[in-house]
Amino acid sequence: MITPVASGRRARERGGFRLGTGAVALLVPLLVAGIAIVLTWDSLLSVRQFGLRFWVNSTWDPVAGIFGAFPFIWGTLYSSLLALLLSTPIALGIAVFLSDLSPRPLRQPLVFLTELLAAIPSIVYGLWGIFVLVPAVRRIESLTPPWLRRLPLFEGPPLGVGLLAAGLILSVMVIPFTASVAREILKAVPANQREGAYALGATRWEAIRMALFYGRQGIMGAVMLGLGRALGETMAVTMVIGYAPRASLSLFAPQYTMAAVIANEFSEAADDLYLHALVEIGLVLFIITIVINTMSRLLIWRVGSERA
Amino acid sequence: MNGTRLRRRLVSAAAVGFCVLSVVLALVPLGFILFFVLKEGLPALTFDFLTRLPKPVGEQGGGMGNAIVGSSILIALAGLIAVPIGIVSGIHLAEFRAGRLATVVRFAADVLNGVPSIVIGIFAYSIAVMPFSRFSALAGGVALGIMMIPIIVRTTEELLNLVPPSLRDGALALGATRARAVFSVILPAALPGILTGVLVALARIAGETAPLLFTAFNNRFWSARLNQPIASLTVQVYTYAISPYDDWHRQAWAGATVLIGAVLLFSLLARTAIRRLERMHHA
Repeated sequence: MITPVASGRRARERGGFRLGTGAVALLVPLLVAGIAIVLTWDSLLSVRQFGLRFWVNSTWDPVAGIFGAFPFIWGTLYSSLLALLLSTPIALGIAVFLSDLSPRPLRQPLVFLTELLAAIPSIVYGLWGIFVLVPAVRRIESLTPPWLRRLPLFEGPPLGVGLLAAGLILSVMVIPFTASVAREILKAVPANQREGAYALGATRWEAIRMALFYGRQGIMGAVMLGLGRALGETMAVTMVIGYAPRASLSLFAPQYTMAAVIANEFSEAADDLYLHALVEIGLVLFIITIVINTMSRLLIWRVGSERA
Repeated sequence: MNGTRLRRRLVSAAAVGFCVLSVVLALVPLGFILFFVLKEGLPALTFDFLTRLPKPVGEQGGGMGNAIVGSSILIALAGLIAVPIGIVSGIHLAEFRAGRLATVVRFAADVLNGVPSIVIGIFAYSIAVMPFSRFSALAGGVALGIMMIPIIVRTTEELLNLVPPSLRDGALALGATRARAVFSVILPAALPGILTGVLVALARIAGETAPLLFTAFNNRFWSARLNQPIASLTVQVYTYAISPYDDWHRQAWAGATVLIGAVLLFSLLARTAIRRLERMHHA
């Protein structure tokens, strides 16, 4: 039935299909490249004017035209690391519970509930943050004993808004991401790892520790995925961080983050230099999150492929 | 000997206890948030709230009717942009799995998925606001659409891969071209799954605020024009939340209730659809 002519036509049609869908698919990498190019282009003024000083200078004075982004990068890193510190043990605990300990009928509902934490919009976290979390944090801050408050870590008046509130809200938002990837990793650990441990007389925890150790790269990946989320998180942090472009060690101090300053000042940026300075902050946020996410993918992917 | 065993048992019990505690620790804020949103939001969720325009500062009452319509328009725009691109790219990934382009596209989709929404907002500002020197609904739709694309690409690919290879082989054996096999056999079989992917993506973007702040901006009036600024539920909630007025705070909670309702609805629909699909494919 199949003549050479017909199969030639089919080959052409197949090539056409490949090209056609490929042309559309190409849009996705082009979009990523486009973002990189546009952000670079629109931050040139600031890059030229300030160079690397932009990242170490702490003065942010739009009126005088002086822009230094150190307080923002500090606030972003500080709040994200605080969030990671709080969320990682909890997220891993959840992952272990759901993969190894949960009674069967509880598992699906609990998975759904933790995923719900990821589904709640950032703005709702922020609203809750302003009216519920910040007053609670303020109470905790004012109940902190004076000798503790003399430490640089807890300096300053009890305002409620500030780094602690931001870190707390971020940690809740990051938990579902880390937990769900860590759970996948634990599921992917071959059963013989745990069985071997049990056969040697391990307790439950010792067997779980084996599994965690076996999947440690993937677990690292899960934590980094959470970090990527925390670094770029905008609205909830913006609403509770307190808008103070001053880098401080204090958890009680109002500070600022990269995403928050863009959200807060972008539509008010009156001149080109101001706008370019804000875009440069966005560009660096873009680069940091790409690096973190890529590393996290590689770590997670390696565990996945080892298993196969 | 017995002492170490006891200690190991205790450590194990403590670790198990910590895991249980972790679950509780995560569910407490979830419960708190849902409780407060409903407690503060439901009483303010009146018919006026859903249908009226916002009142000027100082006047009580009014609503977010225009913002609800605005959000719907923005979400529809985002879908119009993202669904065709996402599905066709997903088809390419599933059909030419091992190709070099497929690897690049897959990686790019993952990268795009991790880009902070505020950065997407800057990009949309540069390509869709700056050239016209005007905030617009279209720019907001572009920003949200870009966020949807990677989610749809990956879910489409995954779900097309779930379609049994025998279906494709059968179609090709009957003399169908590759394109014909995809569009008349594989795609219809995977369609419910792909719609699910779209729902997941909608749930993701329906609550986005950051990329709209300086693209769609805000609007105090009814507007359906794509080249004009448009109100959205999320930006309106933000504006009201950081305002000093009690009445606006109440409305912000009501707005949050509507948002959570919409996101939950999308998620639940997607979830039941995924469940059904899994059962279908396992059967």
